[in-house]
Amino acid sequence: MSTVAAKEFRTIQNIVGPLVFVGGVEGIGYGEIAEIILPDGSIRRGKVLETQEDRALIQVFEGTNNLDPGSARIRFTGKGQEIGLSPDMVGRVFDGFGRLTDGGPPIIPEKYANINGVPMNPYARDFPNEFIQTGISTIDVLNPLVRGQKLPVFSGSGMPHNNLAAQIARQAATKKSGEKFGVVFAAMGITFEESNFFIEDFKRTGALERSVMFINLADDPAIERISIPRLALTTAEYLAYELGMHILVILTDMTNYCEALREISAARKEVPSRRGYPGYLYTDLATIYERAGRLKGKDGSITQIPILTMPEDDKTHPVPDLTGYITEGQIILGRSFHAEGIYPPVDVLPSLSRLKDKGIGQGKTRADHAGVMNQLYAAYARGKNSQELAVVLGESALTPLDLRYMEFARRFEAQFITQNYNENREIEDNLDLGWRLLGVLPRAELKRIRPEFVEKYYVEATDL
Amino acid sequence: MATERSTGTIIKVSGPLVVARGLSGSRMFEMVKVGELGLFGEIIEIRGDQYSIQVYEETEDIAPGQPVVPTGVPLSAELGPGLLQSIYDGVQRPLDKLMARYGEFIVRGAEAPALDREKKWSFTPVAKEGEQVTGGDILGTVPETDLILHKVMVPPTIAGTLKSIKSGDFTVEEVVAVIEAEDGTSHDITMLQGWPVRIPRPIAHKLPPTKPLLTGQRIIDTLFPAAKGGTACIPGPFGSGKTVVQHQIAKWADADIVIFIGCGERGNEMTDVLLEFPELTDPKTGRPIMERTVLVANTSNMPVAAREASVFTGITMAEYYRDQGYSVALMGDSTSRWAEAMREMSGRLEEMPGDEGYPAYLASRLAAFYERAGLVVSLGKDKRESSVTIIGAVSPSGGDLSEPVTQSTLRVTKVFWGLDDQLAFQRHFPAINWLTSYSLYLDVTDPWYDENIDPNWSKHRRQTMVILKKEADLQELVRLVGMDSLSPSDRLLMEVARLIREDFLNQSAFDDIDTFTSLKKQALMLDAILHFNTVTTQKLEDGYDLSSMLELPVMEDISRAKLTPENELDSRFAELKDKITKAINDAAAKAQ
Repeated sequence: MSTVAAKEFRTIQNIVGPLVFVGGVEGIGYGEIAEIILPDGSIRRGKVLETQEDRALIQVFEGTNNLDPGSARIRFTGKGQEIGLSPDMVGRVFDGFGRLTDGGPPIIPEKYANINGVPMNPYARDFPNEFIQTGISTIDVLNPLVRGQKLPVFSGSGMPHNNLAAQIARQAATKKSGEKFGVVFAAMGITFEESNFFIEDFKRTGALERSVMFINLADDPAIERISIPRLALTTAEYLAYELGMHILVILTDMTNYCEALREISAARKEVPSRRGYPGYLYTDLATIYERAGRLKGKDGSITQIPILTMPEDDKTHPVPDLTGYITEGQIILGRSFHAEGIYPPVDVLPSLSRLKDKGIGQGKTRADHAGVMNQLYAAYARGKNSQELAVVLGESALTPLDLRYMEFARRFEAQFITQNYNENREIEDNLDLGWRLLGVLPRAELKRIRPEFVEKYYVEATDL
Repeated sequence: MATERSTGTIIKVSGPLVVARGLSGSRMFEMVKVGELGLFGEIIEIRGDQYSIQVYEETEDIAPGQPVVPTGVPLSAELGPGLLQSIYDGVQRPLDKLMARYGEFIVRGAEAPALDREKKWSFTPVAKEGEQVTGGDILGTVPETDLILHKVMVPPTIAGTLKSIKSGDFTVEEVVAVIEAEDGTSHDITMLQGWPVRIPRPIAHKLPPTKPLLTGQRIIDTLFPAAKGGTACIPGPFGSGKTVVQHQIAKWADADIVIFIGCGERGNEMTDVLLEFPELTDPKTGRPIMERTVLVANTSNMPVAAREASVFTGITMAEYYRDQGYSVALMGDSTSRWAEAMREMSGRLEEMPGDEGYPAYLASRLAAFYERAGLVVSLGKDKRESSVTIIGAVSPSGGDLSEPVTQSTLRVTKVFWGLDDQLAFQRHFPAINWLTSYSLYLDVTDPWYDENIDPNWSKHRRQTMVILKKEADLQELVRLVGMDSLSPSDRLLMEVARLIREDFLNQSAFDDIDTFTSLKKQALMLDAILHFNTVTTQKLEDGYDLSSMLELPVMEDISRAKLTPENELDSRFAELKDKITKAINDAAAKAQ
């Protein structure tokens, strides 16, 4: 905190893209924050990426526009990037450097924390097994989210991932009452309109009162995007593990984050890996995603929903690919659903929640949940197959059973996948809806559900 | 040994790479303590007076000018009783102790010895005073867990006369024996012994594998078996179930010891293992499988250099138990993350990159690692035969098997279990593709199975593979012209292939009975399906109509055969075969 230790220099040698090389320095710590003071008194911040005996390489967050090696001064702060934390952060909006931007009163921090965090001891983790109800059928029934999970949304440009994220943020709740619940929202490189959508939507629905927002717009410095998820997660850790809140962290759009990382890597002339992304992209993403979780003996939890847009809807692109290797499943949005006007356009078949079996069943959701989930999935897969067959061979070539499956798939898309943006469905209603749809199929087809549940819930549809 | 080591000074910090000057006397791969916080690091390159160090902890705030203190020893693993049931990070720090000492997060500079210094172990001498002993001879035994009798051995580098040996309860640091070497120096032997992780522990000699490593997983044991002392790899895109396959093998493999390395993977998965393994019991002994397991967890967010070290820490512990005479299975999940750690260090060292930025030595490092597997005769008088089997998961980016890590791994491993996301997509698990996978140990395992399990084993296995291969060919035809145009015998083949796929290869890891299948049951299950094929083919040749025979209720019985309890195998499967014969005969007669 002491500014006495700060060292100041006027020895910028090179400026390359967002990078500044300073000479004539001494004992600069790796990862330290530097302040670049322009002649007009304005300050830009940067982070030390490499330090040598007499030289330091700094990545400037706010860009190097207008920097003149001759007149700018550099002050090293002697410590890494920190954020001031306080319970009062809830309900406020910050920028990519952790400064308030909502025009409200300043916040007096109760403590400061380094934004890079410290890795959680795997032994200290508690296994995520508490169901979170998002009110969205395709998630709650088929890909249940549990506390402490990281479940990304793989989307593409032009798809309503923002609406889905806002809806989850608004509706997410657990089946227990009396718990403190909060949302930390980090936006990286999204447009003003998108950001405005979130802020207005959060205000309109009251979600803002339990949210902390960090916003970096598309025209804000790209380099700031590297700090944003870390600011957000450090805040989330504080709220979760020190104040005992259950925090949902929404990170959007991780593709923009990765591009910022690539920009710096390229400026440093590092050897690129696939598509020009740096070789350490996996490790870097892991230091973000792995900050989700629960700790033994602590009340709070951090659940992450990162959102990313897949370039050309390509799942093998490095960003979704590496994300998929780290996260516990993925919700994939389908362009054809979107084109058909289905909201939310969750592509059910390739979507997956790896922790789905841990958070459902008796005492968590309902005893028949696992069976219904598997049966709906299998029936829908078969129904899609029948639809394809019908396209090739014509409907008349289908067996009566295949026709039933086709009808099931049609209703499943129209009633189960499709729901209103403001519609918050209870899990019990969702499961009942599942049973109504399964009523389209003959009883003998429900092989994946235990007979006692079929006995209890199955009613054959009468409107076929 | 006498070289004077001097303290160095940091001149550069770049992520996990620190360069220091003035470390004269220090050697390649020596451990050093970096900076004022004393972070652990390892010398990985020496250029003139400049020593490049990879640091196993986050290097923030480390600055040029800070000291680097040499320790004089290479990165070593502590070996002795107490390894089993432990969970370590990549540089063998016990994570449970770190949590007790430092809390839920791993702070920098945290230290704790790998083996408990306080705990007393009951040591029973085996060797006698006055005996001549050499490296690898067993001095005494310690009941480490109810499953494993730990053998305290003479360290590989020591030989001489056993001057004294004790009996009783000792900590790992107390002297249990004294050996006088020929040159008169006396060596105090404790139960705690160290070994540098990057150097393979010495053995008498290697042998070619002779036995399969049984896993209770049908597609693996029956179609693509691994061998004890062999190597196998599991490449697959995300979501194809690599980790579940690895966990299944760790749970059910018939190895004495299992070392599970979570290298750069998910933290929650390690928690799952930690919570689940103590609950599971070994089918042979009825004891919790945790009692034979060591976990190494260097999750993806833990420092990247420690990830690089984790596979070596793991394999050294594996070799130590191998030397005691145990068969060890080592799972590495995932070796791709290890390779990425190498790539990151290589990049920071500004080495000339090879394919996709990986260092040019990627292939040789991978090969050297897999070469530490093997069926061996260990050092020591009693010529113990034991093995280390390595099973490495590979996570090819974008599921593209042509990438360098997969390709380099395929060149050195002899079993390939290729995971297929299309199968996972259809919820067919384990999603091992039967057309692309292979095992080069079949010439070893076939005779073993034929002799020990079922004389028809290898015949059935070949027949199964032919059916599956033909099915794939026919499927293309079906897609073009439809099922109806197939000849009856081809349609039968398609049906039998479906039975093999859905009722034999498909196996649920989450069903209490289905999760593990004994070899005997595997043989019987396959036998039943092939019996159906034989009987039906016969009827077909006799001119009966096929369609009447394919929709019989007995098909349901074949499907349910996987849920037959292990203690009712003989009667139930004999019944099933009779039922199949009868059902087909009846159906044929009715169609008449």
